[in-house]
Amino acid sequence: MTTIQHISTSRRIKDRVVQGLVYLAFAAAVVPLVSVLWLVISNGLARFDLEFLTHSMNGIGARDAHGGAYHAIIGTLTQVLLAGVISVPIGLFTAIYLVEYGNNGRLSRAISFFVDVMTGIPSVVAGLFVFAFWILFLGFEYSGWAGALALSILMMPTVVRSAEEMLRLVPNDLREASYALGVAKWRTIVKVVLPTAFTGIVTGVMLAVARVAGETAPLLMTVFFTNSINHDPFSGPQMGLPLFVFDQAARPNDTAVDRAWTGALTLILIVMLLNLVARLIAWWRSPARAR
Amino acid sequence: MTTNVRTREGGPVKHRSASRRSHGEAPFRIVSTAAGIILLAIMAAIAVFLISEAIPALRANEANFFTERTWDPNSQQVFGIAALAFGTVFSSALALVIATPIAVGVALFISHYAPRRLAAPLGYLIDLLAAVPSVVYGLWGVAFLVPLLRTPSQWLNENLGWFPLFAGEGIVGGKTMLAGAIVLAIMILPIIAAISREVFLQAPKMNEEAALALGATRWEMIKMAVLPFGRPGVISAAMLGLGRAMGETIAVALIFPATFDITFEILTPHANSIAANIANGFGEANNIGRGALIASGLVLFVITLLVNMAARMIINRRKEYARAGA
Repeated sequence: MTTIQHISTSRRIKDRVVQGLVYLAFAAAVVPLVSVLWLVISNGLARFDLEFLTHSMNGIGARDAHGGAYHAIIGTLTQVLLAGVISVPIGLFTAIYLVEYGNNGRLSRAISFFVDVMTGIPSVVAGLFVFAFWILFLGFEYSGWAGALALSILMMPTVVRSAEEMLRLVPNDLREASYALGVAKWRTIVKVVLPTAFTGIVTGVMLAVARVAGETAPLLMTVFFTNSINHDPFSGPQMGLPLFVFDQAARPNDTAVDRAWTGALTLILIVMLLNLVARLIAWWRSPARAR
Repeated sequence: MTTNVRTREGGPVKHRSASRRSHGEAPFRIVSTAAGIILLAIMAAIAVFLISEAIPALRANEANFFTERTWDPNSQQVFGIAALAFGTVFSSALALVIATPIAVGVALFISHYAPRRLAAPLGYLIDLLAAVPSVVYGLWGVAFLVPLLRTPSQWLNENLGWFPLFAGEGIVGGKTMLAGAIVLAIMILPIIAAISREVFLQAPKMNEEAALALGATRWEMIKMAVLPFGRPGVISAAMLGLGRAMGETIAVALIFPATFDITFEILTPHANSIAANIANGFGEANNIGRGALIASGLVLFVITLLVNMAARMIINRRKEYARAGA
């Protein structure tokens, strides 16, 4: 018994060292998170009140306290929702094409390659493109919709890649079992493959939303700055919460910087809430729970 | 691995389902294909419109766009990408070097080291890092990290100044390449960690248990059964991270001091990037200036394309290698 369990000292030391490094890596990742969250909460709570959540910046003087981010909050929610409505169907169906129908043909390889390229599209370039195409070339005005277009370009490859990865991890045995029962391919995809991969896909969409909800750069060139409430994403400038933070942070007075921190806190809370909802959906639909 | 299996066995399966009249098969296939084609069309449109909007400004440029370091398109029409492109590549590479080992460690911690009950909440904690918007990291970088790094920077410069990265005279610390790279590393870490974790968790349990049953320590089991399985996933994760680091705009726009020179000194305030320059310059740019910024965006686009292509080649080669070894 003891001879079987004996592990040489050098192997044991190596094992311990790696374990230490892994714990250290986790600690190194958590330290900045705690630091960022601590600063955002401690600085942001000062102005986190009902007025901030229900008022815009309309008519607020340069040095006034007061004012809020209502216009930016509804702007961000609208823009992210629109971006999701555009990008999730396109992304999911593209992933289905790549995994189930592409058969590694020429079109499939071309799409796969350009999804990779698209993954690397910097957010600021997406903004420049929508500015060049939608505003300069087609002559539309700055609007929340233009911002959503830019955000959807950033979301699409993330959705495709994560959905594709998850679809590929679905064991072929499941597909073959379904085919063997005489189920058509598209029904197999809808009833067997997608539910199996659902949790992973939701995680991927969640990361995509987390990525775009905080994007400032593409909004700079598409939604423009405004201090007033605009419920209509299809006409006129519409503020976004990240842009609000950027705008307020760049102002020299403390009242504006306070608003920037509170805006940052609100933005993080919104993104966290989206994450939490996604997690709950994933948990509710996970195959492990049904078993 | 899976593609081979599928093409071999996909043939007869497709044939069977085609012979059976199944309503919905054709529309479903058409919708899926159309979605892929829309994606290609968007990519083409991006290239076309970036090029067409950049050409007038490039024509008006009085310097060589690729070798000129200064950026003054609005008044003198002299601008070049050299310093900016260097800054983009250098800062992203630094960020990747810092982030990848930590991210792989984090992923292993959550998939194989953390107590099972704590693994999910701890994974969520790391995901939160991705949920923090870049503008917040920018604020944090300027308000907290830049002052924090001043003393260590000076120490490194005095004691290890012979090392090219830590060299430099005059002002040391402040808004440096190091501060930007650390912020970039923090921002790409959760992406690399999240994907690596998913892949590590998918590693075949049978292999892991077999390794442990043969008397392997935990590290040996990970080295033999988890890492080879997860390697392509980790590389593609790092690729996503690099893409994001290069395109990251607002955080570095706030931290980088917007200088236009090429230096490897990471402790002195000389740093800029293409994306940061676009964000800082777009507001006050005139027509030529906007065209010039679009041209620089095009260069950024091409650089990321090259990086992605290289990464793609690595992944494909690794896949073949893994298949040959299996």
